[in-house]
Amino acid sequence: MQSKPSRPSTAGRTPARRKRLGVLGLAAAAILLSGCTEPNFGAYKSVTSQGRSTFHLWQGFSIAAVIIGTFTLLLIVWAALRYRARKGDESLPRQTQYHLPLEVTYTVIPIIIVIALFAATVVVENKVTAEPPPATLIKVYAFQWGWQFTYPSRDFASPTPGFSIRGQTTQNPEMLMPEGQNVRIELQSVDVVHGFYVRQFNFSRYALPGVQNFFTFNAQTTGTFFGQCTQLCGLYHSLMWFRIKVVTPAAYQQWLAAELAAAPIKDSIAQNQAIRAQLDAGVPVKPDIGSGVK
Amino acid sequence: MTEIIERPASAGGDVLVDDHAQLDHGAHDHHGPTGILKWLTSTDHKVIGLSYTVTSVIMLVIGGLLAELIRIQLAVPNSSFVSLAEYNQLFTMHGSLMIYLFAGPFAFGGLANIIVPLQIGAPDMAFPRLNALSYWLYLSGSLLMLLGFVTAGGAADFGWVGYAPLSNAIYSPGAGADLWIAALMLTGFSAIFTGVNLCATVFYLRAPGMTMFRMPIFTWNLLVVGILILLAFPVLTAGLVMLYCDRHFGTHIYTVPGGGVPVLWQHIFWFWGHPEVYILALPFFGMVTEVIAAMSKKPVFGYKGMVFATITIAALSLGVWAHHMFTTGVVLLPFFSIMSLLIAVPTGIKIFNWIGTMWGGKVRLNTAMLFAIGFVITFLIGGLTGIYLASPPLDFFTHDTYFVVAHFHSVVLALVMGGMAGLYYWGPKVTGYMLNEPLGKIQFWLWFIGAQMMVVPQYILGLNGMPRRVATYVHDPQWAALNQWATAGAILMGVSTLVFVVNFVYSWKRVPAGDNPWDAQTLEWFTTSPPPHHNYYSLPPIRSERPTWDYNHPNAKTLAHGHHEAPDPAPAGATP
Repeated sequence: MQSKPSRPSTAGRTPARRKRLGVLGLAAAAILLSGCTEPNFGAYKSVTSQGRSTFHLWQGFSIAAVIIGTFTLLLIVWAALRYRARKGDESLPRQTQYHLPLEVTYTVIPIIIVIALFAATVVVENKVTAEPPPATLIKVYAFQWGWQFTYPSRDFASPTPGFSIRGQTTQNPEMLMPEGQNVRIELQSVDVVHGFYVRQFNFSRYALPGVQNFFTFNAQTTGTFFGQCTQLCGLYHSLMWFRIKVVTPAAYQQWLAAELAAAPIKDSIAQNQAIRAQLDAGVPVKPDIGSGVK
Repeated sequence: MTEIIERPASAGGDVLVDDHAQLDHGAHDHHGPTGILKWLTSTDHKVIGLSYTVTSVIMLVIGGLLAELIRIQLAVPNSSFVSLAEYNQLFTMHGSLMIYLFAGPFAFGGLANIIVPLQIGAPDMAFPRLNALSYWLYLSGSLLMLLGFVTAGGAADFGWVGYAPLSNAIYSPGAGADLWIAALMLTGFSAIFTGVNLCATVFYLRAPGMTMFRMPIFTWNLLVVGILILLAFPVLTAGLVMLYCDRHFGTHIYTVPGGGVPVLWQHIFWFWGHPEVYILALPFFGMVTEVIAAMSKKPVFGYKGMVFATITIAALSLGVWAHHMFTTGVVLLPFFSIMSLLIAVPTGIKIFNWIGTMWGGKVRLNTAMLFAIGFVITFLIGGLTGIYLASPPLDFFTHDTYFVVAHFHSVVLALVMGGMAGLYYWGPKVTGYMLNEPLGKIQFWLWFIGAQMMVVPQYILGLNGMPRRVATYVHDPQWAALNQWATAGAILMGVSTLVFVVNFVYSWKRVPAGDNPWDAQTLEWFTTSPPPHHNYYSLPPIRSERPTWDYNHPNAKTLAHGHHEAPDPAPAGATP
């Protein structure tokens, strides 16, 4: 491309620009089409019905982001390379400062996109935070540095807790819940702020001291899933793990009956003083989350 | 007190001269202390600004070293390079240094201090002694925070957000935490005084002809930052006083047992914290705007739209704090979601204006411009991922994971690029000497590639479920590889910073810059490099937001769309 001393008019460049715009349009169309096969854009499909709604929202946002991002990125690179100064060309470009129709366009279109994204957000948010009548209630208590899962007696409306499972750091206390049923979780912290996060459920919520948070999971498949504290809570924050095991409703009822008949608190803390002493002494631990956990 | 006199023959044309400045400070050799005594006693905005810049870059280097230690720890699973306790201190101090002691002070204490008075033709900041006090408060605050490392319990270790009740005396009893709080109060007051100074300077010390809508975008952004500082920083400082009372005077403001509310801290912190994001970002937006316009030899495209976009961002930023608290379950989700999403609109306007400024220009791809373009690209990525986080359901599963870490590192690494663009652009004005271009380009590519190499794996890690602020991870072999890519990126950025230091030393007093090495447009390029005491011997007529350009190119007038041929009424630079 030879240097042009000055460009008083844009008329001479129009065909070339149209061709380039065509290439741009093709690229955008290709991305749009690949978006139609709906890849998961790095996120989990999720185990719960709530998480699946979130996943679909994620896909929608990602398609918008990829299209807008690619378009804008190409514009930036194009502007920088196409209009770079040639050696020896000391002429001045046209001093264009305003183009009102263009400016209005790139204000109005983003507003429309934002409204669409917000509408989709509200729809999904209402699904994720809905409170359907629960089949099971589990109270989750977070503490430095572990979790307690408290199950009510068979009648979940009863004020007296049935039994609890408690475990800290590397012992991965396990929370059982039934598949295909609404499980209401009531979450609270007994000390500092913790984060209750299950990656395969596409969900997290703070465990706050003095505030009871609640939400519903409806798991669509069985399996054991990894959970971890996500909000910095002090020294052993990195090791504050747990598991959620989703089983069939029948297996869940069987397990519940057996546990109710056994000890009221299943506490792994006392049995693991040795590990905690090792941790406190600064000996590196190599915790293992167990096999088959997703 | 100004009059129109003849400019010395070499320059030609009629110019405005501040005769008071001419009488008092006309000579190059301003009498006064020199050397260390000058640095200690100066109230000159350029000296204070330079002190701010150097100190904050040192904080950037220290904060960067902490980041390298963090990345080494995470390069392998189950690493015992540092202990869990040390790791908590590392990321707390990394975040604190970068946010409180580098990004803000560099922008509104450093470059703003030097450039804003120059851009509006003022002899100094409105309150020079208050300005000096700002710097000394900032320096003492910085040293105080760093002293935490030598206390018995180590430095603060509850994250740079210091969430209550983890930050109270029961869970974080060390002196490092108290030093952290005291340091933030000192730097907070420093910022408040700088905010007062910026507003007063812009409102009262503009040169004749410099109307509000003739101010350069950088100055506009710093005015908005000054206002945001005055709205936000007192809230943080008050919150810190209450935290200190909780720790030492038996109050229960943030603790449940005495009837307090822990979430209150989060509200107060983020009511400061989200405007703070824009207090950090807007100056860098301004730097990049100036660089792109100057290097494209064009006026800022959509200048007025740019100003209103800045004001809109600032206004919205005061109503979005709870998007950091979507997962607390105690905030109104839709309100904070739509407010946060709307910020994408003015931010998008800015990005398109930057593209429009380059469009049809003569873009010189030198180091400053490369950093500016690198900023726009990296900020685009950070901005787009920010839109996800404004949607509560999407925030639920990315909150406190590496997705968020990657999001805000895209943004802040872009800001560092904006800062570097500013240093390469204005450095010659401040020191009088050019920085080396080949070394600058090496620095840019190392940083740009390193930044993407670090954040892209972190986005994937976050989606795979790696939480932030964890010192160890075990359960996914794929994570090790991703973390190693991130570590390699961080090391590239470390090398890039070394190249910058080498460039600074190498270029010192090597190639004189001249008054206007870039053929830039705004007022500060009219004076000498470095500017004299009280900045200007003479001023050009100020008829637009780029008086130096009008003076140097009287026939290259600003056009609006539709004006294909310049309807040039009179050559710019002539007096009416």
